[in-house]
Amino acid sequence: MPSLGADMQEATLVKWLVKPGDRIKRGQVIGEVDTAKGVIDLECFQEGIVENILVTEGQTVPVGDALLSLATDDQPLASCASESASSSINKQGVGHSIEQTSQKNETAVPGLVEKGTLKNTTRTAADQTSREKKSSESAQETEITEMSNGSVGAANATSRPKASPLARRRAEELGIDLATVTTARVDHTIGIEDVERAVPRRTTVTAGKDPDASRLALRTAIAAAMSKSKSEIPHYYLQTSINMQKALAWLEQENKKRSLNDRLLPALLLIKAVARALVEVPQLNGYWVDGQFRPSDKVHVGFAIAMKGGGLVAPAIHDVGVKSIDQLRSDLYDLVPRARVGRLRSSEMTDATITITNMGDLGVESVFGIIYPPQVALVGFGKVLDRPWVEAGELCVRPIVTASLSADHRATDGLIGARFLDSLGQLLQEPQSL
Amino acid sequence: MTLTSESIREVILAGIHQIAPEAELESLNDDAEFRRELEIDSFDFLRLLVFVNESLKVEFPEADYGGLTSVAKLVKYVDKKLSVSKSAGDGDKTQVTS
Repeated sequence: MPSLGADMQEATLVKWLVKPGDRIKRGQVIGEVDTAKGVIDLECFQEGIVENILVTEGQTVPVGDALLSLATDDQPLASCASESASSSINKQGVGHSIEQTSQKNETAVPGLVEKGTLKNTTRTAADQTSREKKSSESAQETEITEMSNGSVGAANATSRPKASPLARRRAEELGIDLATVTTARVDHTIGIEDVERAVPRRTTVTAGKDPDASRLALRTAIAAAMSKSKSEIPHYYLQTSINMQKALAWLEQENKKRSLNDRLLPALLLIKAVARALVEVPQLNGYWVDGQFRPSDKVHVGFAIAMKGGGLVAPAIHDVGVKSIDQLRSDLYDLVPRARVGRLRSSEMTDATITITNMGDLGVESVFGIIYPPQVALVGFGKVLDRPWVEAGELCVRPIVTASLSADHRATDGLIGARFLDSLGQLLQEPQSL
Repeated sequence: MTLTSESIREVILAGIHQIAPEAELESLNDDAEFRRELEIDSFDFLRLLVFVNESLKVEFPEADYGGLTSVAKLVKYVDKKLSVSKSAGDGDKTQVTS
């Protein structure tokens, strides 16, 4: 049982969202616990297959007690394979390249998963998964839906019927409550054939993706990343006001020459300027890994995109530093719709070396974002507003944007951050050279 | 090309549906500020204009973006533009009669 607050002594396990045989992905919500502060989703940051559930639903346990045991070696789902070969998709779906090799065979998860033996606990599930994949030289890009789908749903059962792991998995896929399934097997263990037989009994069979489940998975991923960030990264924040008159005037002239489809949004200039400023101040571009900053020689800008159903993703636009504004435009205009329908590539989910959040479309004046680990900085832009401004001793009205920087104090100090914002402001005074 | 306001409206609603598929367009008031109501950002708004542009061959100068806040205003704008180009052929704005 993890400590979910310094004052927490114990909590009641209300509901399990996983069962023996389930593969847990990093960052997945595995259950719900009732604490003095309400019901809390319990996340697991270790990967593996659930071997045993050690605490039953309704049981109250002290902080520090083990809740379940997890098989984390890279043996390919031994328990699952015993059922039949018919569901090889399941086995493939989870991917075997993501296993940690440095691990023991079995780890009792002491609830508090961040204490686990893994090295890379600062990363989120999606992050970790594809980073591992990349390190194994797999050029294959998987759809992000695979990662965000998780297997969070199918929270059935107050009593837990005996069933084979494969049957459980299938039941979960079909949204079938195992308690409603009967079996003819002598040991009363529900098999996959029983589950299949149970399908017609349901009035509606949920097919395809469940939007609620996806939303929950997204929320869970955000929650995991942001919680980790705020608990591990000592943020410092700076802000500055930037006169956007020249940039907007340039944009207006430029757009007059362009067809509707090719017009430039102000966000493009901001993204480009950030990338250029990072060339001048590279200390903010890269990752914090294993206790040290690893700079990236390329600038991959993660651009925060709001999802219609709530939540956000910040997929990477690759190599912004060397891209022309038009290349950047076509990249962004391609990226946003894909992000909205969940058709991102894993590289886009993991490669960002810095993140930009642009709240300019809403009335927000400034935003101080939470760094997306393992990055070390996030740049925020508010709405461009007409404001009083002093130029050459004269009071005037100018379109002003508030740019902010959230940076990891482990990697840099305020001086570096200040240099970056200064650079950014200067670059936006010469939009034609961006 | 002769288009009624109603068919222009259909095109615009189809465009909105494309960028915000989850929006319940039946309950969208024509006079409502749809960008705010449906949380359509500047990127999606541009996509909407591109959609209408491709369907109806209407140009939207950037300076006019700010006035296109509701479905009703968009319909009126497009209607006016179409009638101008129809009566003038080359888009001479002095021919506008509303």
